[in-house]
Amino acid sequence: MMNLLIDSLPRWGRVGVRAWAVALKGLVCLRRRRPHPSPLPGGEGVLSRCIVLFAAMTAAATAHAQPIELRDDRGATYRFTAAPQRIVTLLPSITETVCALGACAKLVGTDRYSNWPASVLLLPKLGGLEDAQVERIVALRPDVVLAAKSARVIDRLEALGLRVVVVESQTHADVKRSAQLIATLLGRPQEAQRLWQEIERDMDRAAARVPAALRGKRVYFEVSSAPYAAGASSFIGETLARLKLGNIVPPALGPFPKLNPEYVVRARPDVVMASRIAVDSMAARPGWQTLAALHGHSCGFETQPYETLIRPGPRMGEAALLMADCLAGLESPR
Amino acid sequence: MSALPVVDAASDTAGTTAAFALTDAARRRRLAIALVVAAVLLIAAGLMVGSQGWSWSAFRADLADTQAGLILGEIRLPRTVGALMVGGLLGLSGAVAQGLFRNPLADPYLLGSAAGASFAVVLVLTAGSMSGHAIGFATAAWLARFGLVAAAFAGALAGVLLTLALARGAQEGVRLLLAGVVVGVVLGAASDLFTTVSPEALRGKQVFMLGSTGFLGWASVTMLGAGLALALPLGMRLSRALDALSLGDDSAASLGLDLPRIRMALVVLLAMCTGLAVSQSGLVAFVGLVAPHLVRRCAPAPHAYTLAASAGAGGVLLLAADVLARGLIAPQELPVGVLTALLGGGYLLWLLHRRRVA
Repeated sequence: MMNLLIDSLPRWGRVGVRAWAVALKGLVCLRRRRPHPSPLPGGEGVLSRCIVLFAAMTAAATAHAQPIELRDDRGATYRFTAAPQRIVTLLPSITETVCALGACAKLVGTDRYSNWPASVLLLPKLGGLEDAQVERIVALRPDVVLAAKSARVIDRLEALGLRVVVVESQTHADVKRSAQLIATLLGRPQEAQRLWQEIERDMDRAAARVPAALRGKRVYFEVSSAPYAAGASSFIGETLARLKLGNIVPPALGPFPKLNPEYVVRARPDVVMASRIAVDSMAARPGWQTLAALHGHSCGFETQPYETLIRPGPRMGEAALLMADCLAGLESPR
Repeated sequence: MSALPVVDAASDTAGTTAAFALTDAARRRRLAIALVVAAVLLIAAGLMVGSQGWSWSAFRADLADTQAGLILGEIRLPRTVGALMVGGLLGLSGAVAQGLFRNPLADPYLLGSAAGASFAVVLVLTAGSMSGHAIGFATAAWLARFGLVAAAFAGALAGVLLTLALARGAQEGVRLLLAGVVVGVVLGAASDLFTTVSPEALRGKQVFMLGSTGFLGWASVTMLGAGLALALPLGMRLSRALDALSLGDDSAASLGLDLPRIRMALVVLLAMCTGLAVSQSGLVAFVGLVAPHLVRRCAPAPHAYTLAASAGAGGVLLLAADVLARGLIAPQELPVGVLTALLGGGYLLWLLHRRRVA
């Protein structure tokens, strides 16, 4: 709101308003030690033109927008006078969620890994989770920054007066909850319902596509070649369970354990899923060529579909369909 | 080994007098026996500890199982022997590096081999993930077949060659060291750049940097064995030159050594050993640095002994770390590099402390 207003002023007026806003932000920050004060409209004596414009736009905004209140995934509460118009996201799954909720046009920048939908490729790329470009983010004047809990950049951005909403996605329930959180933030809470229903519908369709002969078969899903596996408690494991498939990694081992390769050979999975490159290299590992799953029961995914599989976001339904399509293409198990 | 003439000035115990020579010989014998016993015990432990942790009954069940040949013969045994050999190569090249540079902080990764190998690994990973985008499928397939192991080996050698080129040969130790540092930094930065462009390579690179013994098979063991069989005799042949070098360049030259040629031979030995070890197991931390220290602390000796014993100590250290990595949180694994650092660093600290107290 404030930023839109500032953009519409002539240059010299803009400088004045900015200076005032920065000073006020700093003052409120110092006095209340609250990370995200929203500068209050009115009270500045820059130009009558500014004031008139300001008042008109504030009135227009408050006329159709209710204040938005929400609590993010680390427990911080926020109050937005209107839905944020300039959004920066620092995680691909968050970017995808914002877009899936129909607010792609409000994104002004993303992390460098966000690449879906194609339109976000044109946005400024602001580094990764741990090496985000603070200066560029601040320069983009976002109304809100959406990031994951692990982002070190959060403290810095908050100290600079930005509002950072933390969104955590590890499980299906997390994806549902974070979709709700982001939809609330975007001022369109009913969209989360629609999105989640779509995901559920795709998951059901995917489950129906899995050949009956493969139901209950145990899957080894490799996320990295150390080897790290997707366990039953990960969102990938939950998707597999939705497809009525088993997992060679029990929930007790955690979501993405680094396994002893021997464990996989011993567990004799019925189906192996991984990126195409990983699947191609598996037979060369000591003892792995004996894995029956590698002879006609492996799903090797190319880079782009694989990215869909390993992101806990709005494309989880699509991911389930990808898995189901691969399973449907496998010959029946021996 | 212990029958070799004692040249005390050759090791870092320059103050030791001839009166202690006999006890030194005894210490050397003791260390050699200890290393052999430890290696035998650890190989047995390596065969027993797998994805089911330390369990005697599980091991008995494995032996009786129809899968015994697969689990024990194809996975655990080559992994165990392989870890011993990788550690041996690293220990040997660590001892060569410390002798060559007369610097107790030298390690086998110093001459650009580590940076070269990890850069090559990142290149291959990036190429693999970019297939269909920036480079053709044919190139990607070729790189995939070329494989990470071969790429890492070639990268390690290329890194050392680059260092040699920058240092204009191996005439000067300090220039060689500095060139190695430069190559390490530049190639490290280059691989960071590539992982920024292609984040898919990041995790593969991390695995490589932490080191892993999980995928050592018989093919790896054959390569490592051949490497050791070549490197150990070569090291022995060069050990007298290392003894002379430890007196300083001038003294060594006055003894009639062709220093540039000898240095070049040592660098080649170092590069081959390190490249081989790194290509099979990644950048296992600390083994090459700490193994020669352990040997010198336990039993001061001329380089012929130090080289061989460092190989033994390195092997024992890496195998011990591997067994722990497998067993501590089975069926999950710890990164083996973390444990080598803990074990080697802890033992070295204890030795230093004990010596000060004494």
